[in-house]
Amino acid sequence: MGAGTLTQKGQPSGGGAMVMMALWGLLALFAITMGAKAVDTPFAIHMFIFALAAILALIFKARGFGKPAPDTSGYMDGVVRYGAIATVFWGVVGLLVGVVIALQLAYPAWNPDLEWFNFGRLRPLHTSAVIFAFGGNALIATSFYVVQRTNRTRLALGNLAWFVFWGYQLFIVLAATGYLLGVTEGREYAEPEWYVDLWLTVVWVAYFLVFFGTLLQRKESHIYVANWFYLAFIVTIAMLHIVNNLSIPVSVFGSKSYSLFSGVQDALTQWWYGHNAVGFFLTAGFLGMMYYFIPKRANRPIYSYRLSIVHFWSLIFLYIWAGPHHLHYTALPDWAQTLGMVFSIMLWMPSWGGMINGLMTLSGAWDKLRTDPVLRMMVISVAFYGMSTFEGPMMSIKAVNSLSHYTDWTIGHVHSGALGWVGMISMACMYHLIPRLWGRKEVYSLRLVSWHVWLATLGIVVYAAAMWVAGIMQGLMWREYDANGFLAYSFVETVEAMHPYYVIRAFGGALFLVGGLIMVYNLYRTIKGAQPVSQPVGMVSAAA
Amino acid sequence: MKHEALEKNATLLLIFSLLVVTIGGLVQIVPLFFIQNTIEKVDGMRPYSPLELAGRNVYVREGCYVCHSQMIRPFRDEVERYGHYSLAAESQFDHPFQWGSKRTGPDLARVGGKYSDEWHRQHLVNPRDVVPESIMPGYPFLAEKPLDPKGFGANLVAMNLTVNNGKGGMYSQEDIDNAEADMVAQATGQNTEGLLKRYPKAVARDFGGDGKLDEMDALIAYLQVLGTLVDFSTFKADMSR
Repeated sequence: MGAGTLTQKGQPSGGGAMVMMALWGLLALFAITMGAKAVDTPFAIHMFIFALAAILALIFKARGFGKPAPDTSGYMDGVVRYGAIATVFWGVVGLLVGVVIALQLAYPAWNPDLEWFNFGRLRPLHTSAVIFAFGGNALIATSFYVVQRTNRTRLALGNLAWFVFWGYQLFIVLAATGYLLGVTEGREYAEPEWYVDLWLTVVWVAYFLVFFGTLLQRKESHIYVANWFYLAFIVTIAMLHIVNNLSIPVSVFGSKSYSLFSGVQDALTQWWYGHNAVGFFLTAGFLGMMYYFIPKRANRPIYSYRLSIVHFWSLIFLYIWAGPHHLHYTALPDWAQTLGMVFSIMLWMPSWGGMINGLMTLSGAWDKLRTDPVLRMMVISVAFYGMSTFEGPMMSIKAVNSLSHYTDWTIGHVHSGALGWVGMISMACMYHLIPRLWGRKEVYSLRLVSWHVWLATLGIVVYAAAMWVAGIMQGLMWREYDANGFLAYSFVETVEAMHPYYVIRAFGGALFLVGGLIMVYNLYRTIKGAQPVSQPVGMVSAAA
Repeated sequence: MKHEALEKNATLLLIFSLLVVTIGGLVQIVPLFFIQNTIEKVDGMRPYSPLELAGRNVYVREGCYVCHSQMIRPFRDEVERYGHYSLAAESQFDHPFQWGSKRTGPDLARVGGKYSDEWHRQHLVNPRDVVPESIMPGYPFLAEKPLDPKGFGANLVAMNLTVNNGKGGMYSQEDIDNAEADMVAQATGQNTEGLLKRYPKAVARDFGGDGKLDEMDALIAYLQVLGTLVDFSTFKADMSR
């Protein structure tokens, strides 16, 4: 397959560039007008941020005007390089905020009692920073990398991939500043308000078009399994995002809106979304990473192709039903709770099928775990995936859930998944990807990677263990009766009992953060002085 | 059909994936809008008054739901600690629902009437003044943020446009026209006749205790109405639900 057959696609001509510039100018004017008419300050601030972004896009377009079109013969990796840096950056930011809010729970004096920095506003900042900023950038960057390699073609639709990248960063900035300013829909993991949701919808549709367009112009007859997972992730997140964020703005010039549904219907819609933010954002997409990068790193084919087919279809079918296990024993009708529980337990099987497929790929290459800490990190992440996808179905059993729900056990469970699985697989992929994107043979120091692996693992174990003890203890204390048949503990006594575990948890989180900082240094030294390389389509570098 | 067909046709793969991920949500969520006993028939529930709704907006804005649930489960210990288990009917006007997922602090579904306004004021300014072991942040700024009733009717109009239990329009035109007056009446305890007609059982007094209308008044008004509306003397549980 010769390089250069796809050069003609997508580069806007002079006329196209003019249209784009006019479009950005109009958007900037529109945003300024909206900002000037704003009925509340946060909305005005957001519209001016939006206008600034549009003006920057306009300036960027204008500076490139009339210059010769850049070389588009190779893979489009510039956007992947930016995505990799954004992943690392947001990852560290998200972890840092996590440690801060962990300290707020251990020592309330860490709440400055100023409206912008209290726990209630920082917690969504933490969750969104790690899920959407860190995780989202990792997904976008790796999916753009993988879809080009496995289909031997350049990303479709020209510079639209750059719009996806920068548009997504704008979404992150609007969401994050919104949380601090008190702009929220009050729905966990879907907090951004209506206009930020609309912007994300535009960006997400562009993301879908780039990814799907690239699949359509592929030079391979088969679509590789990693792409199935990425595709399912992209379309399902679009569906969930749109339905869960349906809301009625009070004013089109203001940030406040009311959700379209209320009470019990709203609750199930939210957890249908919330659980599948886990299932599709934090699982399916990252399984796409697993299916590409573990075979690459281990230099072995995927263990079982048949298993990956079963894994894919059963996982995406079953996951969507699991939402009601977040609402056990609530006012949600029993039939819905039971359905949610049954499907959650069934979900154990495809999850472990996927884990087995990932781990067994190392058959005949297990010795590499001794010498390659990046592969070790990938394997540990898949092990954590297996651990938390066992714990999840167990916690979805109503009897178990009656104890675990509302306690820190849930928090521990989420973090063994988020830090162990999502965090470690993403960081391992960055260790693999970044040297290759900058033309280095390997990361600056494998020894430092090893330090990162063990610090992170230790951090998660400390974190999860503290939360198991705290959660189970609190759950038991709530339902404890004394000999006279009275409740044994007042609520605040159970809060007091949490203190040592909250301190230990903050320490575990800090260990994970230190590992992340070591990664930043290591990757910085990897990139420093290196020249980005352009890889021709259809070929892979010797090191990959 | 062989699976190969899907592996070789991106459009087919897309359509199949989309179909497969749609089913669960359709089966679980859609019936909740149509099955009659999803929302129990109860006496006493009404939409929030303007002041309560403004307070609820503060509650949502400050992210109270990340530490406080509003959903009492039907267990002996929870019913003894918090009161009657929560009904779906009680959150039927909640846009969005605030059932929560974590109890770093206690459940608030029935906190209304349990503490005095003065307790709430002190607790919100500095929780450790009244509960020394508390780890809750302080919210002293709420008393410094004036609440402007002007134009609040727009919130009621927006609430009317939502899907509510299959019906829209929970507020009448009269409710909307009187939104500003009702807010002032409830926060001062004066001229409350219209307010009480439109929002039965509404508690009206100077919640913030400082003679000003600020976000502290609204938040306390909201906390004081939580879980107080349903008349449980006439409630019969539906076992088939």
